[in-house]
Amino acid sequence: MEVVLALAIGILTGSGVWLLLRPRTFQLVVGLSLLAYAVNLFIFSIGGLAIDKEPILADGVPPDLAHYTDPVPQALVLTAIVISFAMTALLLVIIMASRGMTGTDHVDGTEE
Amino acid sequence: MPLIALLAIPWVSSVIAALLPTSARNRAAGLAGLTALVGLVGVALHFPSVQGGGLRVERFEWIPSLGLDLVLRLDGLSWTFCVLVLGIGALVMLYARYYLSPQDPVPRFFAFLLAFMGAMLGVVLSGNLLQLAFFWELTSVFSFLLIGYWNHRKDAQRGARMALTVTGMGGLCLLAGLLVLGKAAGSYELDTVLGSAQVIKGHPLYPVALCLILLGVFTKSAQFPFHFWLPNAMAAPTPVSAYLHSATMVKLGVFLLARLWPALSGTETWFWLTGSAGLVTLLLGAWAALFQRDLKGLLAYSTISHLGLVVLLLGLNSPLAAVAAVFHIMNHAAFKASLFMAVGIIDHETGTRDLRRLSGLFRLMPITGTLALVATAAMAGVPLLNGFLSKEMFFAETVFIDAHPVVEWGLPIAATLAGMGSVAYSLRFSVKVFFGPASALNTPRVPEEPPRWMRVPVEVLVLACLVVGIAPAMSIGPILEAASWPVVGGQPPPYSLELWHGFTPPLLMSALALGGGAMLYRGSRWLEAGRVGLGGRFVERWDGARLFTSLLAWLTAASRWLRRWLLTAGLQRQLLAMVLVTLLVGVAALWGGIGKGDRPLVPLSPVFIALWVTGGAAAVGAAWQAKFHRLAALMLSGTAGAVSCVTFIWFSAPDLALTQLTVEVVTTLLILLGLRWLPAREPARGVYDAHTLRRARGRRARDFIVAVGAGGGMAILAYAVMTRELPERTSFFLENSLSGGGGRNVVNVMLVDFRGFDTFGEGVVLSLVALTVYALLRRFRPAPEVMALPPQQRALSQDLQTDLVNPRLARDTAVGYLMVPAVLVRLLLPVSGVVATFFFLRGHNAPGGGFVAGLVMSVGLLLQYLISGTEWVEQRLRLAPRALMGGGLLLVLGTASGAFVAGYPLLTSHTFHLSVPVLGELHIGSAVFFDLGVFCLVLGSTLLILVALAHQSIRAHRASGED
Repeated sequence: MEVVLALAIGILTGSGVWLLLRPRTFQLVVGLSLLAYAVNLFIFSIGGLAIDKEPILADGVPPDLAHYTDPVPQALVLTAIVISFAMTALLLVIIMASRGMTGTDHVDGTEE
Repeated sequence: MPLIALLAIPWVSSVIAALLPTSARNRAAGLAGLTALVGLVGVALHFPSVQGGGLRVERFEWIPSLGLDLVLRLDGLSWTFCVLVLGIGALVMLYARYYLSPQDPVPRFFAFLLAFMGAMLGVVLSGNLLQLAFFWELTSVFSFLLIGYWNHRKDAQRGARMALTVTGMGGLCLLAGLLVLGKAAGSYELDTVLGSAQVIKGHPLYPVALCLILLGVFTKSAQFPFHFWLPNAMAAPTPVSAYLHSATMVKLGVFLLARLWPALSGTETWFWLTGSAGLVTLLLGAWAALFQRDLKGLLAYSTISHLGLVVLLLGLNSPLAAVAAVFHIMNHAAFKASLFMAVGIIDHETGTRDLRRLSGLFRLMPITGTLALVATAAMAGVPLLNGFLSKEMFFAETVFIDAHPVVEWGLPIAATLAGMGSVAYSLRFSVKVFFGPASALNTPRVPEEPPRWMRVPVEVLVLACLVVGIAPAMSIGPILEAASWPVVGGQPPPYSLELWHGFTPPLLMSALALGGGAMLYRGSRWLEAGRVGLGGRFVERWDGARLFTSLLAWLTAASRWLRRWLLTAGLQRQLLAMVLVTLLVGVAALWGGIGKGDRPLVPLSPVFIALWVTGGAAAVGAAWQAKFHRLAALMLSGTAGAVSCVTFIWFSAPDLALTQLTVEVVTTLLILLGLRWLPAREPARGVYDAHTLRRARGRRARDFIVAVGAGGGMAILAYAVMTRELPERTSFFLENSLSGGGGRNVVNVMLVDFRGFDTFGEGVVLSLVALTVYALLRRFRPAPEVMALPPQQRALSQDLQTDLVNPRLARDTAVGYLMVPAVLVRLLLPVSGVVATFFFLRGHNAPGGGFVAGLVMSVGLLLQYLISGTEWVEQRLRLAPRALMGGGLLLVLGTASGAFVAGYPLLTSHTFHLSVPVLGELHIGSAVFFDLGVFCLVLGSTLLILVALAHQSIRAHRASGED
């Protein structure tokens, strides 16, 4: 499973970086959100993959890392998801405004 | 008056003056003058305690852990400077009242001037080197503000910038020098430093400290080669020139030399560095003053020359010379300040300061003329005036110096030459302005005597010059003795303040200077007229300002080149550089290989592989389609998001999955709303030539390689990390979640409790983004071609009347179609309310929480907007996103700081146990309120963003309707 997830992160990163280097603003938005998926998955995976070990305490199970997955990366990713949402919203509005002001959707605001 | 009060009142008055209305000219001037007078009286009363080497120290604890105290220290030298600062300050305030025109923002001027006065007092009263450096920089800052007071004038801007650059850089050198000095002496306390002269002079760091300190001194006191800023600072209003650039601020350099004289002087290095800089400045200033056309320029160069004289005296390593230096500081302040004020009057009355246009003014302004003539005579060193006495002492010092024969011969000659120069430019000033032929007068205004009170400050200062010049021992004697005591570090050597010492070499030199000066004046006129290579052009060529400007130009060009090279305007190139550097750093760090770790792996599942084959294909597809098929790209990237959402569930992160899912929905809606405003894609713009195509292909190939590199690197890194145990794992949160946070869902407890501050910050970020979006969209101008209604909305004609569509009463976007779904979606609103409540309530013990609940609720509301139209919704629902957002923030903040009331640190949570009759035992944690705040905040900000976007359609609709 680790191999699959690692490859998935790689593909998401690659697609995201490709789009980052493209000239159209919408490509940038999609690229950044793909990159955000990759980064969130990466941070999440730092805690190690585990199946059926949700960090939700159950009675009679000792509260340690042998029986639950590490909650710290999850809490970090939760914050990261929210921030990337806010960033996407802001970016979208900025490209709308830039489009309205410059008349083009090139990332530099001008068609060379 | 306590010293701290003395230091504080100018600052307090400065703030008050700044708050006065712009037209309050008299009140501001009165306040400023009164402040200076009160301070003057306060400091004058301290005189008995500083006589005979007396000292007064006030100490306030500041940062005891670093051994830093605020130390105020008054001795004879600082007393003298306080009197200069406050006394001349009071006169300048009075003068400025009449000098400034009612159109100027006068209170601001006095606020700056008072703050400058406070900074000056701070420097001279400092008993600690660091404190001194701090106030020193403040004087530079206020000097900048005052020079640039007429901030619309180019020359004022330029002069202010130059002064700040030069003195500010010097100030930094000074700070470094004082740090080194403090290290050498073992303390930053002035008393300790002054007491450990032997240690300092023997210390290997002594030359370093000395050079750095001298850089600070020379820049501040306008010594060669840093003198050029002073003439350029003459763009300041004349009261500023009189106050800062003759009497006080430029004296700070020599003040510091005198202050540290006992600790630093007495070495060969000191003699050569200080003495030579002083000598060159003395001669250069005098020579340059001869060729100035601007009256203030003449005075500026003369000030430079006199400051050079003082520096030279302090550099001679002789206690008697140091006494003479202190004496000359006082004398120069008196006659130069009065001269500046006289020039200000001339400028004020005639409208010009150009020497070529002024002539024969004595006839028109006899009183001002007399005052100015006396002051210039003092400047020239004419007997019976104060300038004569200190100049005589200077001559005596140069004659009796005991050094190398070259110095023994050269110095008296140089001194006499400088004396001649000073006589010559004084003559130039007085003869040209007051006595020339009346017919040569060519001024914008016909001059007359100024208002009575504008002349008073000049009269006071000129009177002081006369009194000191005629009866020195009685008037200035005790003060000079008190001021000299701390400079020489003990009883001052015997000196005589007599007018007549008999026929001595200094007297001969004085006579030579007077006679030679007259001849030099005649000669200089010939030089000027004849354009011989040593005149005005020569002076201009050696003006440091030119060097300074070209240095600045060079620096600007260099940074522009660097900027062009490092920061291209193109975003793509910047991003490419960023990705490449990241890649490079990653490769460099992991060079040599990073293998698989030894953590046991999770066995492969074919379903999961199939899942990510889909997800990966969707990601690549999104990358491929984002240019021409935006909607497809959006759907594909949403697919990738959904797959990562499943991944979170798969690997035991239900909270992440929930959040990702709801965020995904909201983001997609958001982009859908935004897509409408992006331009339609035209397939290709014309036919491209082969070269362009080749370049584009090359660019794509390059980006492809970079993307593959980044993706591959990330995959390897992720694999390496996933197969290892995290080195620092802690089960702290698992163990304490139930007992400390009162919840079973550890991730939620971490968010609202353990890491509550983080969540708070995140909430603030979200609200800021929402407000920014709102603000940006208020002034949004859509591109013209997207203003028209989309084809879907034009399908039905305007006047169609049927039962199936809404009557076209409302000017809305979503009218007349999707009526059945609209009814269904309306039913969804209560459902989403129930779901949100459910997620909210169980959040602490099971997946859910305020964040998810907020998003679910906002999706429910948003669907109404989408399907029923903005106006329909807003007629029926009163949504107040901003109030929700603010309320949420306040609730979060209130819960967080509620812990203070109980005496716990911020964000400490508490669980209340209540027994309610019907419901039974209830446990309510304070975290619930925190989560409720998060809910409101998220709901409010998401709605604000989305509604702001949705409103664009209405606005565009209206706009196009109006056209």
